[in-house]
Amino acid sequence: MAVVLDFEKPIVEIQKKIDELKKMSEDSGMDLNSQIETFEQQAQDYKKELYSKLKPSQKLQIARHPERPKFLDYVELICENFYELHGDREGMDDRAIIGGIAKIDGKPVMIIGIQKGKTTKENLEYNFGMPQPQGYRKALRLFKHANKFNLPIVTLIDTPGAYPGIKAEETGQGVAIATNLREMSKLNVPIVSIITGEGCSGGALGLAVADRVMMLEHAYYTVISPEGCASILWRDAAKFADAAEALKITSKDLLELGIIDEEISEPLGGAHSDHEITASNMKSSILSALEELSKKSSEELREERYNKFRAMGRFVES
Amino acid sequence: MTIQEWFDKRKEAQIERRARDMKGIEVETPELWTQCVHCGTQILKSELEENLMVCPHCDYHFRINATTRIKQLFDEGSFEELFKNVRPTDPLNFVDTESYANRIKKAHEKTGLDEAVITGLGKIEGHKLAVAVMDFDFMGGSMGSVVGEKVTRIMEKALELKLPMLAITSSGGARMQESALSLMQMAKTSCAVGRLDEAGLLYINLLTEPTFGGITASFGTLGDIIIAEQGARIGFAGRRVIEQTIRQKLPDDFQTAEYLLKFGQVDIVSKRKNLRKTLADILDMHGV
Repeated sequence: MAVVLDFEKPIVEIQKKIDELKKMSEDSGMDLNSQIETFEQQAQDYKKELYSKLKPSQKLQIARHPERPKFLDYVELICENFYELHGDREGMDDRAIIGGIAKIDGKPVMIIGIQKGKTTKENLEYNFGMPQPQGYRKALRLFKHANKFNLPIVTLIDTPGAYPGIKAEETGQGVAIATNLREMSKLNVPIVSIITGEGCSGGALGLAVADRVMMLEHAYYTVISPEGCASILWRDAAKFADAAEALKITSKDLLELGIIDEEISEPLGGAHSDHEITASNMKSSILSALEELSKKSSEELREERYNKFRAMGRFVES
Repeated sequence: MTIQEWFDKRKEAQIERRARDMKGIEVETPELWTQCVHCGTQILKSELEENLMVCPHCDYHFRINATTRIKQLFDEGSFEELFKNVRPTDPLNFVDTESYANRIKKAHEKTGLDEAVITGLGKIEGHKLAVAVMDFDFMGGSMGSVVGEKVTRIMEKALELKLPMLAITSSGGARMQESALSLMQMAKTSCAVGRLDEAGLLYINLLTEPTFGGITASFGTLGDIIIAEQGARIGFAGRRVIEQTIRQKLPDDFQTAEYLLKFGQVDIVSKRKNLRKTLADILDMHGV
């Protein structure tokens, strides 16, 4: 059973009518093509209108849509010959972060991402896309591997945040993320990061100190979840839509603020409506970024990466 | 309302009531006296100050502001403030129950500071170093663009002058009112630590009450040596968030300096009175 978001319901209603008309036409032999066309046009127009004016809180719903493609779907659709490389070599293989070597369009890369599940069972395995420190350490091991063998790095990010748990605190959730931020700045190879769904807080940034940071059109990227922000600042988690608005979490906002370099478009109806088109858009953005970055020396890459993040922030000097 | 929320609300109300009661006590307390928030003993303010704001009865370490910290740690008259001219703005025109611009103004009035960090150069027992000291009283010590910029600038200054760097943290994390711009300060400051690291310069963290979120997940824990002040609470996620996620009570000492030491997350837990000597000895043994 497909999941229908509140604001998608009118589209589903029209679609139902179209299906009814089609059935009627088939059963009775009446020619209802012009009526069907009218409704189809209506549905299309409504979709266009709706998707061009999505509120941040509606984008949140799309970014969290259970049928939105997950990391391994993208790997399947974008990469050839993926070999997952497991584990942090210190006793754990965090399933929320998955990485490995693969080819994209014939070129070898290290691809690492945050994985969410589609079912409850899968979500338990992947911890709902909330990595533990060991996941970030596995990613760091793979970053260093890529650095050693001159493989460009692609990271795909979709997380409600790093896991807030007892063991996560005891084994250094903060320092695990911090170490990745520092070490990513030192890597000699091109890094491309895409926020594909949820880009929540340090848990997302821990894989996103990249030369090119991109976002899917309906993904969101923020310092804190709108719900978390609302419960602290508004003292009411139900005010999340206001917080989502205030936090400027959309790809358009972040492009304007210079936080991201590129927005990757999604098919009309969101990534969940067509995995193939979404993946193919992502693939071409990845390839053109890697093509451009491959021309730079490792010194240039590091210097430009440093300066890119160095320049972020707004303040006045008096 | 879920039962959990009902409990939370009730707890909040209790805390508020207690805070009101405490205020009542303060009013009745003569100006010269104060009360230890931990053991409840009446202490002479001058005695408390002389004792570095540590309760002489129960050894409770009061949270102190950046100015007091600098006074306690650095050789008298050695501290030279830098980058004071970097000031906050409101890039997102952020308004929650109150506008960000107003919150900044109030924080300034309350603390006399322009931002949640003081940066500069100073000496500890003759050892010169670059330092960033956070102040929790300014919007919970949160890191927005200015904190990130000043911390980065002082690290670049350390790099330029080949000085050791000390970051003294006290913060709830990244500042929500600047959203992704705040988040990016975590990357910016961590990249700057990367440069100190590559230049072989000593970087020391002193984690003080409280250090959380975006600070522990960036420059706050990247030191070559991490010292935590006795009793300080340090963590990535807040206690309440963890309790809500795992739906169980956490041990009382969870996320304290002592707890983290047990789990190998900090090098040294120090009493306030020993900090100056500890830092001086560490600087000395590293030849800086």
